Amino acid sequence: MNGKNNSGLDERSLGLRRMIVKTLGSAGRGHLGPAFSIVEIITVLYDKVMKFKPGAPEWNGRDRFILSKGHGCAALYVMLADKGFFSCSELERFCKYDGLLGGHPEFNIPGVEASTGSLGHGLSIGIGMALNARLRRMDYNVYVLLGDGECGEGSIWEGAMSASKHGLENLVAIVDYNKSQAYGSTSEVLDLEPFADKWRGFGFGVVEVDGHDVGGLLSAFKNAPARKGKPTAVICHTVKGKGAPFTENNMEWHHKNKISDQDIDLLLKALEA
Amino acid sequence: MRKTCLNSVYDLARRDDRVIFIGSDLGVNTLDEFKNNIPERFFMEGISEQHIIGMAAGLAMEGNIPYVNTISVFLTRRCFEQIVLDLCLHNLNVRLIGNGGGLVYAPLGPTHLAVEDIAILRTIPNMTILAPADAKEIARLMELTVEHDGPVYIRLAKGGDHIVTPDDQEYKIGKSIRVREGKDILIITTGVTLQISLDAARSLASKGVEAGILHIHTIKPLDTKAIIERLAEVPALITVEEGTVIGGLGSSVAEIVAEADFGQPKKFKRIGVPDTFSDNFGSQKELMEGFGITAANVAQTALELIDVKSG
Repeated sequence: MNGKNNSGLDERSLGLRRMIVKTLGSAGRGHLGPAFSIVEIITVLYDKVMKFKPGAPEWNGRDRFILSKGHGCAALYVMLADKGFFSCSELERFCKYDGLLGGHPEFNIPGVEASTGSLGHGLSIGIGMALNARLRRMDYNVYVLLGDGECGEGSIWEGAMSASKHGLENLVAIVDYNKSQAYGSTSEVLDLEPFADKWRGFGFGVVEVDGHDVGGLLSAFKNAPARKGKPTAVICHTVKGKGAPFTENNMEWHHKNKISDQDIDLLLKALEA
Repeated sequence: MRKTCLNSVYDLARRDDRVIFIGSDLGVNTLDEFKNNIPERFFMEGISEQHIIGMAAGLAMEGNIPYVNTISVFLTRRCFEQIVLDLCLHNLNVRLIGNGGGLVYAPLGPTHLAVEDIAILRTIPNMTILAPADAKEIARLMELTVEHDGPVYIRLAKGGDHIVTPDDQEYKIGKSIRVREGKDILIITTGVTLQISLDAARSLASKGVEAGILHIHTIKPLDTKAIIERLAEVPALITVEEGTVIGGLGSSVAEIVAEADFGQPKKFKRIGVPDTFSDNFGSQKELMEGFGITAANVAQTALELIDVKSG
């Protein structure tokens, strides 16, 4: 198996997913599918692309990352813990009354730029940050990770027009295009297609990649801006719940408010190399 | 008042490079001098208010102080969630300047009447709400907004209003203004209702009734201490506001009165917009007359409260 599991994921991807499972398991609840679909996106950004200092989360020169689809937070939490922004023991207190980490990211968590959870907010906040870099002559980049269902929000397209107007080369909008939202497929609930053309039409340079292909993601991020003088949209074709055969494209795993010990055992087993 | 306010933003921006202006789709030539002299900190973002609040939040997270200006209803009604989450939850230094607070846009109909702005924003933690009475007061308050910690909503009136705020008092965010002393009744005002109430107090004086006036330019945080101190001196009070009586100034004061222990209950009336949509147009003055937000009604209400024959 070359150190990979049935889903073709490498040990880094599998290890982070096991951390996600244990995090959700400690609360017995959470959004597993939306976290599993963005693990490689977050891994490439934090392992290979972004500048940051875990010991100084507010370091001015850092690249900014906003998880606009805040419900995927478990994937971000395990990465931040893995990098040392806070102790891994915080993961065990997920959603506890006095825990640091709740069901959506909060700005007081070291490494989290903005509180998100209500969809449609992150892109505009990122645009403000990207404009600041230009205004203050700084060279950081801003990465905003959007959900596909989230792109039904009108505010996303208000922001898209603005990013284009300002020619924000330092802004990368990443879309987790797993083609499903809470109720069903995006094509049935509120069709996004022609999705890439929409982003192009709104003035973005667009790249489409397999959102679980580490090499493809790295190339897309490293080559941003995809078009000179324009913001970039990286549309990541992903599988919701990617990692275990029984969670992939299974709507039951979008959100669960009861995850049993047996579920946890099955998940951990599926995530072994 | 609006011109004074926007000119203040330009003055502040010249002195402090953290200050940024963001408009939506304001009138042609608005703040041309700002745009020409500091173009990198002047933004006109189009009819995209939800985006504008988020963008202002992002700029404020980086240490800037954005002043956002558009029509009050579009700032407050449409963007309520962005104000709650992007601005207030993060406690950011963004200033929202709302044009046409209250009934200013009377001829444009109910879509443009900002009657519940104060009521809804008052419920949000970290929010500060300013409603000045005249151009002089807005100039004083604008100076204070730069160093203020957290988001601020500034409710602008029509403009051209008579200057009625006194010069001899200290203007601080959160501090009420003792405009007039009187032992028979206290009239509590905000925004341009100070002018109405001064006329009412003069009319009452001619009938031998001494009405005091406490002006509230900061609805949140409310100067509770001063309100209780003044109320302890009078048997009755009236609140007068150019907005809904549900949740606004009148409600704020009612909450204080209900929980304070004055020994004797206070006689109390709230004057403002009742629980109804307006189906009239005309002018701001006509709508205010229709809702009884007038000097004559304030005076008459005072006389009835303290049981003095008006004849």
